[in-house]
Amino acid sequence: MAEEDESIRQFPDAAAMSAAPCGGWREWLERPLARGLAVFAASEALVGLLALMLRWGGLEPGLAAALGWGGAGAALALALSLALGARRPPSEALTEARLMALTARIRPHFLFNSLNAVLGTIRGDPRRAEAALEELAELFRAQMQDPRELVSLSEEIALCRQYLDLERLRLGERLQVQWDVANCPPDATMPRLILQPLLENAVYHGIEPLPAPGPIAIRLASAGPMVLIELSNPFRPGHVHAQGNRMALANIRERLQLFYGQAASLNVEVKGDRYQLRIVLPHRRETAL
Amino acid sequence: MSALPLRLMLVDDEAPARARLRQLLEDVADAVPTQVLAEAADGVEALERAEHLLLDAVLVDIRMPRMDGLQLALHLARRAPAPALIFVTAYDRYAVKAFELCALDYLLKPVRAQRLQEALIRVGRQGGAARGLDAAALQTLAPEGRRHLRSSERGRVRLIPVEDVLYLKADQRYVTARTASGEYLLEDSLAQLEAEFGARFIRAHRNCLVARAAIAGYERGGEGEGSEGEAGGAEAANEAEPRWQLILRGIPDRVAASRRQWPQLRALLKG
Repeated sequence: MAEEDESIRQFPDAAAMSAAPCGGWREWLERPLARGLAVFAASEALVGLLALMLRWGGLEPGLAAALGWGGAGAALALALSLALGARRPPSEALTEARLMALTARIRPHFLFNSLNAVLGTIRGDPRRAEAALEELAELFRAQMQDPRELVSLSEEIALCRQYLDLERLRLGERLQVQWDVANCPPDATMPRLILQPLLENAVYHGIEPLPAPGPIAIRLASAGPMVLIELSNPFRPGHVHAQGNRMALANIRERLQLFYGQAASLNVEVKGDRYQLRIVLPHRRETAL
Repeated sequence: MSALPLRLMLVDDEAPARARLRQLLEDVADAVPTQVLAEAADGVEALERAEHLLLDAVLVDIRMPRMDGLQLALHLARRAPAPALIFVTAYDRYAVKAFELCALDYLLKPVRAQRLQEALIRVGRQGGAARGLDAAALQTLAPEGRRHLRSSERGRVRLIPVEDVLYLKADQRYVTARTASGEYLLEDSLAQLEAEFGARFIRAHRNCLVARAAIAGYERGGEGEGSEGEAGGAEAANEAEPRWQLILRGIPDRVAASRRQWPQLRALLKG
């Protein structure tokens, strides 16, 4: 992938475009058909971007927002792969664009509430406010990384802890989290931002609506050739916005599938007053797709 | 605008969000003097706190545990005088759209001092009885109406989930709600309740609304209609004919069905 400007990494379409090989662009563009395709691709990208920028303000909070990127991203990837012909196998470009599209975005609900909480903390506890802004920056940074990269489990855990610390600013004692990482394999890797968005879901659906919520429990453990990730949160029927949640899960499932094929799985189960989620991944040490 | 400070209540489940509002209120105090009489972390607490307070305005978050901001608004709107309401929300496109349609005041988080000041000045300008909530606007925001009935006994607010109510009965000047576990004194009239919850309750006789879902069956009986306030008029003329009473789920009470309502009730039971 070509070197990218930080500012365009937020936009899957622009980023996917920069993924095109640069050599030979000029003579390639001389050919009429190729030019047509390139114009088509560029206009698709522009329309996609505009549509997305407009949509940003109007989407339901949640990963649903991220899914909105899908259509335009895939259209662009298709146009690009057509235009580039044999230079780049279409499946790879598609995979990349799809990963870009599926990468979780900051939920507007979370962002604005967090900023409001930071503003409410600045005068009384400036140091806490500083820490919160640093945590928010880290979350944004993680979301702007190459979606094909894998991170170590400990890296993802560290990000989750920062995220939870930020939520604790707003929710205080209502947010209780139990970590079980005693058997977490230190060398295993996973796609970035799999666990954090799931935690965000757990807070949104399992903590915020309840006056006296129980804890969120997270367990990461080695299980033979696999890695096991379990997450559970309090559940009360009628409090889960089923549709938003289903989309979030479908998104993560698809990302797992793009990385691991059928080797990974994500299952959900409601047991009494707990919502339980279980991910199984192959134990791998690679750091990229 | 009067020189008296506006009397406010702040309702938000997040402590830093309430802190932010307090700070901003101080910042705009020169332009709009205010006095925060109470704070609450959810709608239920807000109703308890508001019980003995005279409030000019309530700043209320939408998404809260136990009782959300819109439900709280439905309850506050029934107070006399009703306080002005300013909704405060981070991100809720449905609510924001509805607020605009209904010309209700709202602030977006992070809240800005200028917007807060403008909203408070509007409250001050409306003044006294003229302010308060537009019932039609609230109907648009919360079409299913209240989820709780409010009972106040010896200064304690009690909220009874509407879905738990088996029947509502008017007796002299009082209206009571019967649930499987008890009977609660309400402040609403039976006519108001019928208008608000017509989809859930059906009139059994002049003084009683029964939850449609609670009716288990019917049986002959109820000769002593006088106690139900149903005697007299045209009904008394046909006393020789059999009378019916409704059997309810979960409680031994029977509710008499008036002759006028009987066709409707029977249709419900057969359907």
